[in-house]
This record gives sequence, C-alpha cells and structure tokens, in this order.
Amino acid sequence: MKSFTGKTLQWNWNDGVVELTLDREPANEIGTAMLAELEKFVGAFDALAPETSVCIISSARKHGFSAGADLRELYEGAARLEGQERVASVRQFLERIHVVLNTIDEAPFVSIAAVHGICFGGGLELALVCDIIVADKMARFAFPELRLGLIPGFGGIPRLKRDVGNGFVRDLLFTGRSVNATRAQAVGLVAQLAAEGEALNVARSNAMQIKKFDPFARVTAKKFLKPLPHEELRREIDLFCELFTRPTVMATLKKFVESTDAMPYLP
Amino acid sequence: MRTVEQTTQEVLDLAAKHFQVAQGSLAPDDDFFKKLGINSLQALELLSRLENHFGIELPDYELQGVSDFRTLASRIQSRL
Repeated sequence: MKSFTGKTLQWNWNDGVVELTLDREPANEIGTAMLAELEKFVGAFDALAPETSVCIISSARKHGFSAGADLRELYEGAARLEGQERVASVRQFLERIHVVLNTIDEAPFVSIAAVHGICFGGGLELALVCDIIVADKMARFAFPELRLGLIPGFGGIPRLKRDVGNGFVRDLLFTGRSVNATRAQAVGLVAQLAAEGEALNVARSNAMQIKKFDPFARVTAKKFLKPLPHEELRREIDLFCELFTRPTVMATLKKFVESTDAMPYLP
Repeated sequence: MRTVEQTTQEVLDLAAKHFQVAQGSLAPDDDFFKKLGINSLQALELLSRLENHFGIELPDYELQGVSDFRTLASRIQSRL
C-alpha cells in the first residue's frame, strides 16, 4: 500500500521516499487509534522495502511532533480495570507498540524524524527509532515520565542510551525537564538543526542525498551501526509494568488528566 | 550584563512579537496565560523563544506556578 489516509496519520510513497505524517488533534497523542494505524504502516514495509530508500516521519500538527502517549486514554482504560487485568492491558499495549517501533528501527531503509515543536515522552521514543533526527530550532525534547511515577515505556531509555551519553540520559529522566533543539544537538540526540518551519524540507534534502547510495551497502551499514538493544527493551516493559501497579501512578495520572490549569499538574 | 529591568523589557517585547500583540500592551505584572490567552503548549513555545534569545537553558519545572512576566524575567536573570 503506497498511500494511506487514516484518522490519526497518513503516508505517501513517491520515488523511493515514503513520508509518514502524524495528524491527530491536539498534539499527536499516541493511543490505540494511532497504534492501530502505525501497525498498518509497518505492515506495508515488506511491500515498500524493495523500492524504498528513505522514510520520513513528521507531524501535521502545529504544536509539534508528538506530546507522547495518550495519558487520558491510558488513565481511563486503566481505571476501568483492577489488579492484574489492569497491568495486562498496559503490557499488551506496550508489546504492540514495541513491535511497531522495533520494525521501524530495523527497517531496511533510512528513517528520518523531522521534528518541530514538542517531542515528548512517547513522541521522543518514536523519533528515537529513526536513524536521523532533524529538528526545527524551536523543537523541545523531554521524557517527563518520572514526574508521573513511571519510566518511558516505548523503548525510550535503551534507545536514548544507544545514542547519547548516560549523563544526559540521567539529566533528562531525573529532572523531567524539556531541552531545546540546540542542547539536543549538542549532546548528539539531534543530527541536524533546521530553521523554523524547515525541518521537513531539510529531511527531504537528506533523502535526496541518501537515495544516491547503493541499497545493499546502506542496509549493511545500518545493521552494523544500530543493533536493537533487545534485552534492555524487554526489561523496560517489565519495569514499566511493575511501576504501573503502584497506587501513586494512578493518583498522579488522575490529577494530571483532570487538571484544568493552564499548565497541567506535574510535580 | 543585563539588568533585571532590561531582561523584563526584552521578555515583554519578545512575547508581544511572538503572540502578535501590540508592543507596549504587556506589563511586567500581567498574567501571561490570561493576557495572551495561551495554553501550556504555547507557553513552551515562548520558553524556546526566550532560551534562544537569551542563549540560556531554563528548565520548565522552574516555571511551575509562574504566570507573570516579572517572575519569568527574574528566573531568566538567574541563568544569564
């Protein structure tokens, strides 16, 4: 399937480049609807791969790339369940998103995240599966999960550790702060900076260059450069599920999703 | 080194420009959420713009509970 338009995203293939555009109000929160359409996207990889050199992931939403997991859906879904059923439901979602993200991570073409605005939590985890991150100079990156009593659950810690120094990983995780694109580039998270509104164009320019290279050499290099940290990814799911059983998590999520403040509650 | 008054004025000017309100229509003690009618995502846009303008990093948790330009400017001043 070379093109698709769903409720939360769309993709379009043209001349060796497939562009995936996230497009869910308000800020591309990743919930079950987007997950199902991402599954559809990676399901098309086998057919697309032989004639695809580059995949570009970007956002059509004004506020940014993605605000991360849909916390309202997570909370409301979990609140309807109890005990082991609640954890099993969360684990099932995580298992599904890991399959999607691992497939993009290992895809036999080069993936580029063209990031603008906020790129938080699960949104950053999606960007981290890409081989190259191009960021608008106004982009911001964060892992706020510890502020909710959790850790990133979509593979964020193993992938961030793969790309940058552990000191920056601890800074991002333990403070929950967001960092700007300049800092993100300085630590190696962002590969290239773009002027405001130009991240997608810069990503497309990269794609034109990457397309010139021999596909076999490109795939060989990617396998060598970017192995999946399988064991840590599995461990992260377990840790997330362990933390999710703690009552403080549901209490903090409740406070967050029910907040009507201009700046929603976060510790 | 900027004075806190200069920093405050630059914050006001930058906010007015970014959110397209008349220069001089914002005052140091204004609640920027109410005056500009912005939400948390737009506040982060302002933060990015301020960081780029002043060449600093201002952790967003330092803005928790801050809603007026004067306090925002003092937080920036402490990072200059």
